[in-house]
Amino acid sequence: MSSAKGNTMRSALGVARGRGSAKTGAADHWFAERIGGIALVPLALWFIFGAVIGNQGVDHATFQAWMGQPLNATLMILFILAAFHHGALGAIVVQEDYIHAPAVKHVTVLLTKLFAIAGALFGTVCVLTLAFGG
Amino acid sequence: MPTHERPLSPHLQVYKLHRKIAPALSISHRITGMLMFCLGTLFVILWLGAAAYGPESFATAQALFASPLGYLVLFGWTVVLFYHMTNGIRHLVWDTGCQVSIAGVRRTGLTMLAAVVALTALVWIVGLAVAL
Repeated sequence: MSSAKGNTMRSALGVARGRGSAKTGAADHWFAERIGGIALVPLALWFIFGAVIGNQGVDHATFQAWMGQPLNATLMILFILAAFHHGALGAIVVQEDYIHAPAVKHVTVLLTKLFAIAGALFGTVCVLTLAFGG
Repeated sequence: MPTHERPLSPHLQVYKLHRKIAPALSISHRITGMLMFCLGTLFVILWLGAAAYGPESFATAQALFASPLGYLVLFGWTVVLFYHMTNGIRHLVWDTGCQVSIAGVRRTGLTMLAAVVALTALVWIVGLAVAL
Protein backbone atom coordinates (compact mmCIF):
# COMPACT_ATOMS: atom_id res chain seq x y z
CA MET A 1 0.00 0.00 0.00
CA SER A 2 2.70 2.45 1.00
CA SER A 3 4.99 1.58 -1.90
CA ALA A 4 5.81 5.22 -2.56
CA LYS A 5 6.99 5.62 1.06
CA GLY A 6 9.76 3.05 0.69
CA ASN A 7 8.42 -0.23 2.16
CA THR A 8 9.18 -1.96 -1.11
CA MET A 9 11.98 -3.57 -3.04
CA ARG A 10 10.93 -1.80 -6.23
CA SER A 11 13.10 1.09 -7.38
CA ALA A 12 11.78 4.65 -7.27
CA LEU A 13 11.78 4.68 -11.08
CA GLY A 14 9.82 1.41 -11.20
CA VAL A 15 7.19 2.85 -8.87
CA ALA A 16 6.94 6.10 -10.83
CA ARG A 17 6.63 4.49 -14.32
CA GLY A 18 3.09 4.60 -15.67
CA ARG A 19 1.86 7.06 -13.05
CA GLY A 20 1.95 10.11 -15.35
CA SER A 21 -0.99 11.35 -17.40
CA ALA A 22 0.19 9.27 -20.39
CA LYS A 23 -0.26 6.08 -18.23
CA THR A 24 2.88 4.61 -19.77
CA GLY A 25 6.64 5.02 -19.75
CA ALA A 26 7.13 8.38 -21.43
CA ALA A 27 10.92 8.59 -21.85
CA ASP A 28 10.91 7.66 -25.57
CA HIS A 29 8.09 10.11 -26.34
CA TRP A 30 9.89 12.83 -24.35
CA PHE A 31 13.19 12.19 -26.15
CA ALA A 32 11.67 12.00 -29.64
CA GLU A 33 9.86 15.30 -29.06
CA ARG A 34 13.17 16.99 -28.23
CA ILE A 35 15.10 15.42 -31.14
CA GLY A 36 12.40 16.68 -33.54
CA GLY A 37 12.46 20.10 -31.90
CA ILE A 38 16.25 20.42 -32.27
CA ALA A 39 16.02 19.35 -35.94
CA LEU A 40 13.28 21.92 -36.56
CA VAL A 41 15.43 24.90 -35.48
CA PRO A 42 17.67 24.87 -38.61
CA LEU A 43 14.88 23.44 -40.82
CA ALA A 44 12.37 26.18 -39.89
CA LEU A 45 15.02 28.90 -40.36
CA TRP A 46 15.82 27.44 -43.81
CA PHE A 47 12.08 27.33 -44.62
CA ILE A 48 11.58 31.00 -43.72
CA PHE A 49 14.74 32.50 -45.21
CA GLY A 50 15.44 30.04 -48.04
CA ALA A 51 12.04 28.77 -49.16
CA VAL A 52 9.59 31.60 -48.38
CA ILE A 53 11.65 34.80 -48.62
CA GLY A 54 13.73 33.36 -51.48
CA ASN A 55 10.58 32.58 -53.47
CA GLN A 56 8.60 35.77 -52.81
CA GLY A 57 6.36 36.61 -55.76
CA VAL A 58 7.95 34.07 -58.12
CA ASP A 59 5.88 32.39 -60.85
CA HIS A 60 5.07 28.68 -61.01
CA ALA A 61 7.89 27.75 -63.40
CA THR A 62 10.52 29.39 -61.18
CA PHE A 63 9.16 27.71 -58.06
CA GLN A 64 9.03 24.34 -59.80
CA ALA A 65 12.65 24.71 -60.97
CA TRP A 66 13.66 25.63 -57.39
CA MET A 67 11.88 22.58 -55.96
CA GLY A 68 13.47 20.45 -58.70
CA GLN A 69 16.85 20.90 -57.04
CA PRO A 70 17.35 17.72 -54.95
CA LEU A 71 18.65 19.57 -51.87
CA ASN A 72 15.62 21.90 -51.75
CA ALA A 73 13.14 19.02 -52.16
CA THR A 74 14.95 16.99 -49.50
CA LEU A 75 15.03 19.84 -46.96
CA MET A 76 11.35 20.62 -47.63
CA ILE A 77 10.30 17.00 -47.05
CA LEU A 78 12.47 16.83 -43.91
CA PHE A 79 10.84 20.03 -42.65
CA ILE A 80 7.33 18.66 -43.32
CA LEU A 81 8.02 15.30 -41.63
CA ALA A 82 9.77 16.84 -38.61
CA ALA A 83 7.06 19.50 -38.16
CA PHE A 84 4.13 17.06 -38.23
CA HIS A 85 5.95 14.47 -36.08
CA HIS A 86 7.06 16.98 -33.43
CA GLY A 87 3.65 18.69 -33.55
CA ALA A 88 1.76 15.42 -33.06
CA LEU A 89 3.98 14.37 -30.12
CA GLY A 90 3.48 17.75 -28.42
CA ALA A 91 -0.27 17.90 -29.11
CA ILE A 92 -0.74 14.38 -27.67
CA VAL A 93 1.04 15.38 -24.41
CA VAL A 94 -1.24 18.42 -24.10
CA GLN A 95 -4.32 16.23 -24.59
CA GLU A 96 -3.10 13.65 -22.05
CA ASP A 97 -2.72 16.46 -19.51
CA TYR A 98 -6.01 18.27 -20.02
CA ILE A 99 -8.58 15.74 -21.35
CA HIS A 100 -9.67 13.62 -18.40
CA ALA A 101 -12.40 11.46 -20.01
CA PRO A 102 -10.47 8.41 -21.37
CA ALA A 103 -12.86 7.76 -24.27
CA VAL A 104 -12.66 11.37 -25.49
CA LYS A 105 -8.87 11.42 -25.05
CA HIS A 106 -8.36 8.21 -27.08
CA VAL A 107 -10.46 9.62 -29.93
CA THR A 108 -8.70 13.01 -30.04
CA VAL A 109 -5.25 11.37 -29.84
CA LEU A 110 -6.21 9.08 -32.74
CA LEU A 111 -7.49 12.06 -34.76
CA THR A 112 -4.24 13.92 -34.00
CA LYS A 113 -2.19 11.03 -35.40
CA LEU A 114 -4.43 10.80 -38.48
CA PHE A 115 -4.10 14.56 -39.09
CA ALA A 116 -0.31 14.40 -38.77
CA ILE A 117 0.08 11.38 -41.07
CA ALA A 118 -2.31 12.79 -43.69
CA GLY A 119 -0.73 16.27 -43.60
CA ALA A 120 2.83 14.96 -43.79
CA LEU A 121 1.96 12.58 -46.62
CA PHE A 122 0.06 15.20 -48.64
CA GLY A 123 2.88 17.73 -48.21
CA THR A 124 5.48 15.17 -49.28
CA VAL A 125 3.44 14.16 -52.36
CA CYS A 126 3.07 17.86 -53.30
CA VAL A 127 6.85 18.37 -53.09
CA LEU A 128 7.55 15.25 -55.19
CA THR A 129 4.88 16.20 -57.75
CA LEU A 130 6.58 19.57 -58.20
CA ALA A 131 10.12 18.22 -58.12
CA PHE A 132 9.41 15.55 -60.75
CA GLY A 133 7.58 18.07 -62.93
CA GLY A 134 4.05 16.63 -62.70
CA MET B 1 12.38 7.92 0.07
CA PRO B 2 11.39 11.54 0.69
CA THR B 3 8.27 12.74 -1.09
CA HIS B 4 9.13 15.64 -3.38
CA GLU B 5 6.61 17.90 -5.02
CA ARG B 6 5.91 16.42 -8.44
CA PRO B 7 5.95 18.77 -11.49
CA LEU B 8 2.52 19.75 -12.74
CA SER B 9 1.26 20.61 -16.23
CA PRO B 10 0.86 24.31 -17.03
CA HIS B 11 -2.57 25.16 -15.63
CA LEU B 12 -4.94 27.89 -16.80
CA GLN B 13 -7.22 28.43 -13.79
CA VAL B 14 -5.13 28.12 -10.62
CA TYR B 15 -2.51 30.82 -11.35
CA LYS B 16 -2.91 34.59 -11.66
CA LEU B 17 -1.46 34.66 -15.18
CA HIS B 18 -1.78 38.43 -15.56
CA ARG B 19 0.52 38.99 -12.56
CA LYS B 20 3.18 36.34 -13.06
CA ILE B 21 5.48 36.12 -16.09
CA ALA B 22 6.62 32.49 -15.61
CA PRO B 23 3.24 30.68 -15.86
CA ALA B 24 2.11 33.02 -18.65
CA LEU B 25 5.23 32.19 -20.68
CA SER B 26 4.80 28.49 -19.85
CA ILE B 27 1.21 28.12 -21.06
CA SER B 28 2.06 30.30 -24.09
CA HIS B 29 4.54 27.62 -25.18
CA ARG B 30 1.72 25.09 -25.38
CA ILE B 31 -0.68 27.55 -27.03
CA THR B 32 1.86 28.55 -29.72
CA GLY B 33 2.74 24.87 -30.26
CA MET B 34 -0.91 23.94 -30.78
CA LEU B 35 -1.36 26.97 -33.08
CA MET B 36 1.61 25.91 -35.25
CA PHE B 37 0.36 22.30 -35.41
CA CYS B 38 -3.36 22.99 -36.03
CA LEU B 39 -3.15 26.19 -38.13
CA GLY B 40 0.47 26.98 -39.05
CA THR B 41 0.98 23.69 -40.90
CA LEU B 42 -2.16 24.36 -42.98
CA PHE B 43 -0.62 27.50 -44.51
CA VAL B 44 2.49 25.53 -45.48
CA ILE B 45 0.31 22.79 -47.01
CA LEU B 46 -1.85 25.42 -48.77
CA TRP B 47 1.24 26.97 -50.39
CA LEU B 48 2.83 23.66 -51.46
CA GLY B 49 -0.54 22.21 -52.52
CA ALA B 50 -1.34 25.25 -54.66
CA ALA B 51 2.04 24.85 -56.39
CA ALA B 52 1.49 21.13 -56.99
CA TYR B 53 -1.92 21.77 -58.58
CA GLY B 54 -0.51 24.10 -61.24
CA PRO B 55 0.25 27.70 -62.31
CA GLU B 56 -3.28 29.12 -61.78
CA SER B 57 -3.71 27.94 -58.19
CA PHE B 58 -0.08 28.89 -57.37
CA ALA B 59 -0.61 32.43 -58.70
CA THR B 60 -3.73 32.70 -56.51
CA ALA B 61 -1.82 31.52 -53.43
CA GLN B 62 1.11 33.86 -54.09
CA ALA B 63 -1.31 36.82 -54.50
CA LEU B 64 -3.16 35.76 -51.32
CA PHE B 65 0.01 35.73 -49.23
CA ALA B 66 1.16 39.08 -50.74
CA SER B 67 -2.17 40.79 -49.79
CA PRO B 68 -2.50 42.88 -46.58
CA LEU B 69 -4.43 40.04 -44.87
CA GLY B 70 -1.79 37.58 -46.11
CA TYR B 71 0.99 39.70 -44.63
CA LEU B 72 -0.92 39.85 -41.32
CA VAL B 73 -1.23 36.04 -41.30
CA LEU B 74 2.47 35.63 -42.17
CA PHE B 75 3.46 38.12 -39.46
CA GLY B 76 1.45 36.18 -36.87
CA TRP B 77 2.97 32.93 -38.20
CA THR B 78 6.53 34.25 -37.69
CA VAL B 79 5.82 35.59 -34.16
CA VAL B 80 4.18 32.31 -33.06
CA LEU B 81 6.95 30.20 -34.62
CA PHE B 82 9.80 32.26 -33.11
CA TYR B 83 8.11 32.24 -29.69
CA HIS B 84 7.82 28.44 -29.74
CA MET B 85 11.34 28.02 -31.19
CA THR B 86 13.18 30.27 -28.71
CA ASN B 87 11.12 29.07 -25.73
CA GLY B 88 11.80 25.50 -26.90
CA ILE B 89 15.54 26.26 -26.74
CA ARG B 90 14.88 27.62 -23.21
CA HIS B 91 13.30 24.26 -22.33
CA LEU B 92 16.37 22.45 -23.76
CA VAL B 93 18.59 24.57 -21.49
CA TRP B 94 16.44 23.55 -18.50
CA ASP B 95 16.70 19.89 -19.61
CA THR B 96 20.48 20.13 -19.01
CA GLY B 97 19.78 21.33 -15.44
CA CYS B 98 20.91 24.92 -16.04
CA GLN B 99 18.90 28.04 -15.13
CA VAL B 100 16.43 26.05 -13.01
CA SER B 101 15.70 28.75 -10.41
CA ILE B 102 13.29 31.64 -9.91
CA ALA B 103 15.95 34.10 -11.09
CA GLY B 104 16.89 31.80 -14.00
CA VAL B 105 13.26 31.54 -15.11
CA ARG B 106 12.90 35.33 -15.17
CA ARG B 107 16.30 35.91 -16.80
CA THR B 108 15.81 33.32 -19.57
CA GLY B 109 12.19 34.44 -20.03
CA LEU B 110 13.17 38.05 -20.72
CA THR B 111 16.06 36.93 -22.96
CA MET B 112 13.66 34.70 -24.89
CA LEU B 113 11.16 37.56 -25.42
CA ALA B 114 13.95 39.84 -26.67
CA ALA B 115 15.06 37.09 -29.08
CA VAL B 116 11.50 36.76 -30.42
CA VAL B 117 11.35 40.51 -31.16
CA ALA B 118 14.84 40.48 -32.74
CA LEU B 119 14.21 37.41 -34.93
CA THR B 120 10.78 38.66 -36.07
CA ALA B 121 12.28 42.07 -36.94
CA LEU B 122 15.18 40.41 -38.79
CA VAL B 123 12.86 38.22 -40.90
CA TRP B 124 10.64 41.14 -41.88
CA ILE B 125 13.53 43.50 -42.64
CA VAL B 126 15.17 40.85 -44.85
CA GLY B 127 11.83 39.77 -46.33
CA LEU B 128 10.69 43.29 -47.22
CA ALA B 129 14.16 44.21 -48.51
CA VAL B 130 14.01 41.28 -50.93
CA ALA B 131 10.42 42.11 -51.94
CA LEU B 132 10.97 45.82 -52.64
